[in-house]
Amino acid sequence: MDIVFVLEQALTQSIGIQAIIYCLAAAGLNIQFGYTGLLNFGQVAFMIVGGYSIAATVLSFGGSFWTALVVGIISSLILSLILGLPTLRLRADYLAIVTIATSEILRLVVRSVALREWFGGVNGLNGKFAAQFYALNPYQSGIGIGPINFSQNDSWVVTVGWILVAIVILITFLLTRSPWGRILKGIREDEEAIRSLGKSVYWYKMQALMLGGVMGTLAGFIFAIASQSVQPDSYVPDVTFFAYTILLLGGAARVFGPVVGSIIFWFLLVFIGQTLDQTISAGYIPFLTSTQVGPIRFIFVGIGLMCLIIFRPQGIFGDRKELALDGR
Amino acid sequence: MFKRSVSRGLFTSFLLSIFLTVFIGAQASALEGPGITGKISDPSGKPLSGVSITLANDENSVTGVTDQNGQFEIAAPTAGKYLVTIDVSSLPEGISIADPGPQREIVFIQGPKGLIFKTQVGTSADQIIEKRDSKVPQLIVDGLLFGLTIALGAMGLNLIFGTTGLTNFSHGELLTFGAFTAWTLNYLVGLNMLLAVPLSLIMSAFLWGWVQNRYLWKPLRRRGTGLMGMMIVSIGLALTLRYTALATFGGSPRNYNQYAAQPGLNIFGVAVTPKAIILAVIEIVVLAIVLYWLKNSKIGKATRAVRDNPALASATGIDVERVISYVWTLGAFLAALAGITIGINQDVSWRMGQILLLIMFASVTLGGLGTIYGALIGSLTIGVLIQVSTLVIPTELKTVSALFVMILMLLFRPQGILGKRERVG
Repeated sequence: MDIVFVLEQALTQSIGIQAIIYCLAAAGLNIQFGYTGLLNFGQVAFMIVGGYSIAATVLSFGGSFWTALVVGIISSLILSLILGLPTLRLRADYLAIVTIATSEILRLVVRSVALREWFGGVNGLNGKFAAQFYALNPYQSGIGIGPINFSQNDSWVVTVGWILVAIVILITFLLTRSPWGRILKGIREDEEAIRSLGKSVYWYKMQALMLGGVMGTLAGFIFAIASQSVQPDSYVPDVTFFAYTILLLGGAARVFGPVVGSIIFWFLLVFIGQTLDQTISAGYIPFLTSTQVGPIRFIFVGIGLMCLIIFRPQGIFGDRKELALDGR
Repeated sequence: MFKRSVSRGLFTSFLLSIFLTVFIGAQASALEGPGITGKISDPSGKPLSGVSITLANDENSVTGVTDQNGQFEIAAPTAGKYLVTIDVSSLPEGISIADPGPQREIVFIQGPKGLIFKTQVGTSADQIIEKRDSKVPQLIVDGLLFGLTIALGAMGLNLIFGTTGLTNFSHGELLTFGAFTAWTLNYLVGLNMLLAVPLSLIMSAFLWGWVQNRYLWKPLRRRGTGLMGMMIVSIGLALTLRYTALATFGGSPRNYNQYAAQPGLNIFGVAVTPKAIILAVIEIVVLAIVLYWLKNSKIGKATRAVRDNPALASATGIDVERVISYVWTLGAFLAALAGITIGINQDVSWRMGQILLLIMFASVTLGGLGTIYGALIGSLTIGVLIQVSTLVIPTELKTVSALFVMILMLLFRPQGILGKRERVG
């Protein structure tokens, strides 16, 4: 078994494109769930909006890449309104059910034959829709730092991605220390108390949903740009739950929770996957085949998510007092 | 699907004169594995080239295009259920696909398969209206059958929610695991279905219900884990179970050894398979017993007492944990029956539970979260709605209609049809 190769892969992926995408999605969940206590189980819906906004605006409607970004953000805000309107007044589990349902509605709609002209059906949209983005690439070749190597295009995506993460984290940091952020935390702890102060709890929840949703949309942007394609079946509800695992791993209601969580999550996921792959192909585990490695990694994610909630709900760096998971 | 007899004089002759036949058959096939081959041509024998045909399911999608001889060949990556779609926009101007539309489901077990599409020139308003009239009874029957199955799952979901407050996001996997338990006994062990089904129901009730509650949820309740935390634990459990099923049984849908393919009966113009009728009767009997048990038995009454007020029930000497234990066992039993029913009527796949979970949520939200009869009424309504909605929207979007109705319900009557106002909070 080539342990150096396994570690190289794991390190590269831990700061790679996937880590950035999930970090942004988890940062959105941090605002919604970590700070406000909103159980959004449909973060992937915002990623669909982000990804398909870019791809469809450029490829199907002939808009420019920059228009597409604006379309994405606006669509994301509209989606928040639609999601929040029926559910934010209701108990936490209703929001959970409606958000997960909405994410599936969106996935089924974009993959439908009826709308294939615009969204490409089951094949999704593939084409050079992010050409204007890559045209700005300052790198002449790929970058490599020690064992970590990225191709020319990936280097540009990773650079922009981490800058985006930094901005999102900075916004989170500033907002959660503002009076606005304190109201969010107040809503999480005791909605009635905030209401008694004359604040519109409903509207604050909506704002949190919108802000977190836009972060999810940014994740969708990066996802689509990195591969220059959007495919409906890469936006299954499980994506949301991986983002939850990341958030809880790093520590919900912690500014750096999503970043730490994402890096560790992708390191472990790739490490476990590669190790299994190598030991299986070397014949050490005779009862498994390499096609089973993918699902087995996700079994670990599921077990990890359960164990985190049961044994360490505050995550690695979280504060147990900050997030008591005992919402109604 | 049954054949529609067209009786209007002028209309009939018009239609007959313009029918083109598309035959997608297994003859002269160069394919070895599952797949479709065939030729598309008009009655004069002139081949239609450039017609696009897609074969797709949840995991795969392959598209083929007819060549200048009108011939095509599409290999399916794996066996299982697929949706065959003829891209209407790729047909020559003015030509469309006749009833029942350009989409058809097809199940490959082994080797290639054939099916027939008919095309016609234009679409006639007459035909659309008649299509709706004749299809409605079939869709309602299909919907009721599906709704009954969903009701089994929804009932368990509501009982667990009612007694413990947990919105169980891993309930779908109870269906999946019930169906796979029966598949293991039937396909791998080789038991007859008549023996495998009762055995797997008992095993599922114990293993996936009783054991799950005893070793996961009971300790969590004792630790005082909050409901939101438990909901996320159920998500983690769902991921674990779903991918365990994928790793163990593979990604392609499975069929039971027996009763997989059965010719349909035609009852008053509605096509139903005998197996679907027998399963529906079993489901109705089981649901009736459960409702009677909840209403009249001692433990059933205790269940309702716990649902109304756990603290008060506990104070009157009801062993709440014992009731919850019963509810989990019963819930897993019902879910397994639902899973096996779908397995027999369609197929068993690792993602079936995840897809059905959302439909179950829609049903219980419509009927009223936590209510017993609500689960039943909601499920039947959603079942019929899903099927009937295919008259207006494409078949592939029929689940969307259920989820959409759920969202509308939350907007206007969040407690559901039978729910009490204060439950919503």
